[in-house]
Amino acid sequence: MAQPLEFEKPLVELESKISELRAFSEEKGLDLTEEIATLEKKAESLKQAIFGSLTPWQRTQIARHPDRPNFYNYAQLMFEDFIELHGDRAFADDRAIAGGLALFKGMPVTVIGNVKGKDTKEKIQRNFAYAHPEGYRKAMRLMKQAEKFGRPVITFIDTPGAYSGLAAEERGQAEAIAKNLITMAALKVPLICVVIGEGGSGGALALGVTDKVLMFEHSFYSVISPESCATILWKDASRVKDAAEFLKFTAPDLQRFGVCDRIVPEPLGGAQRDYALTARNLAEALEEELGKLLELPPEELLQRRYTKYREIGVFA
Amino acid sequence: MLKDLFRKPKYVTVTPAVPKKEMPDGLWVKCSGCGEILFNKELEKNLKVCHKCGTHFRLSAWERLQITLDDFSEYDADLTSCNPLEFPEYEAKLARAREETGLQEGVVTGEGRVNGVSVAIGVLDSNFVMGSMGSVVGEKICRLIERATEHKLPLIIFSTSGGARMQEGILSLMQMAKTSAALARFNEAGLLYISVFTDPTFGGVTASFASLGDFIIAEPGALIGFAGPRVIKETIRQELPPGAQTAEFNCEHGLIDLVVERGQLKNTLTKLLKLHQRGDHTWPSH
Repeated sequence: MAQPLEFEKPLVELESKISELRAFSEEKGLDLTEEIATLEKKAESLKQAIFGSLTPWQRTQIARHPDRPNFYNYAQLMFEDFIELHGDRAFADDRAIAGGLALFKGMPVTVIGNVKGKDTKEKIQRNFAYAHPEGYRKAMRLMKQAEKFGRPVITFIDTPGAYSGLAAEERGQAEAIAKNLITMAALKVPLICVVIGEGGSGGALALGVTDKVLMFEHSFYSVISPESCATILWKDASRVKDAAEFLKFTAPDLQRFGVCDRIVPEPLGGAQRDYALTARNLAEALEEELGKLLELPPEELLQRRYTKYREIGVFA
Repeated sequence: MLKDLFRKPKYVTVTPAVPKKEMPDGLWVKCSGCGEILFNKELEKNLKVCHKCGTHFRLSAWERLQITLDDFSEYDADLTSCNPLEFPEYEAKLARAREETGLQEGVVTGEGRVNGVSVAIGVLDSNFVMGSMGSVVGEKICRLIERATEHKLPLIIFSTSGGARMQEGILSLMQMAKTSAALARFNEAGLLYISVFTDPTFGGVTASFASLGDFIIAEPGALIGFAGPRVIKETIRQELPPGAQTAEFNCEHGLIDLVVERGQLKNTLTKLLKLHQRGDHTWPSH
């Protein structure tokens, strides 16, 4: 396991004490059941206390937790026969976005997702999920393919944003994102996105113009990272906690603004603590939402999608 | 050493101190491109293009409308931004922008004629919170596109923007989806959309409606991109080469159709509009 987050340290320490005690009692043949039970109870209430009232910044840290399940974990845990497809047929295969086909509850679907990478080597390979234009174009190719064959598309969002650099500019980063938005708005098959970790701005939206927007309990989705926001506002990156408060980017906030349609519960302490349970929760939500979308005639599906985005915004 | 004798003497370049010219407010302006002091009235006559170096000064939305259209009637003039996130100091920022520009928001939309051809037109204004796109800019652009679709009008949008408006959080990000969705329907109706990039256009505006024109035009020297040079420098410590992200750079990389000088812009728009007018195009018979 990676380093515990600052705010979960007391819990992690207590948990390791408990397992030490358990090992000690087994080794020495002492009966410490009662003591262990007391500590476990304490750990449980500590967990409740810590994770029941997370600040936006703490949620951000959980959403970015390096041990969180990623696209490939979900592909394996929730789908059958996943087959990965590569490349945008024009320039390259961007590893920051993966995609392919799979069976979900027996139904063929197209799955696409941002991938951050877990260890240093993979992170570099996947450019920390900062996609280049060819990544978005690969995603679009797979979505058009899904439309041709009439299968739903499920996308998994987990990116700090689209890559900012000369190569991305030269190859039309903005155009690639814009094309995805307009294509998704009119795609004739059901689309669902799930923010599994970090939803970073335009780079996330490029996979996110969908009939339903699902968000994991501790994920966030923002127009700008709290770090950049703090730098712009106060020229002080250390005020990131304030920025995280102001940006109102947690799942409940987004539900209130009509962006998020459903919050998927995570195991207490975050998705990284129990992959199987997390995937089960998501599969349950997806099955229900997809079922409803599949019942709609195509015109109705497109009309509702249009209305969903048409109505977002607050003005007088 | 002997070779020291042949060494080229080093000189320091001394720029003669130019006596500071007193510039009464509004009478003279210094060109940001070549430093030439320009007489404001002359500059305006030249559509705010420096006669010496060709630098295109930024125009306000109303200046743009004035040099582009024969007549104009505005849509949705009263739409006003709120502070849905209760973002600190946002209201004061908006109030200041309204006072300084006389605008309600960062885009003016409406209907008018370009050399006699009726169009739906939107012009962003960089003087209003950097032309950033919040709920109101998104809503006005969206209504403009919907009206153009309904009335079968060609659509022209002049963009200039720093991107999404941070103070409206996710709501501003979603305006990218909203405006693009409206354009998807506009396209299905087979109508013409000309997008004109002006200096500077970045972020969420470039990554949505501005990049989705049937024709994409830019003014010379306009900076256009996804991430601005400062963002790129701060995030990946990359220094962009000179000339990167200019209209010419974007044209060279195949991202826009043509670069057109301001003086020629109205002509070019008229030509494109007339080429798409529906009428009886009969092949000449022999």
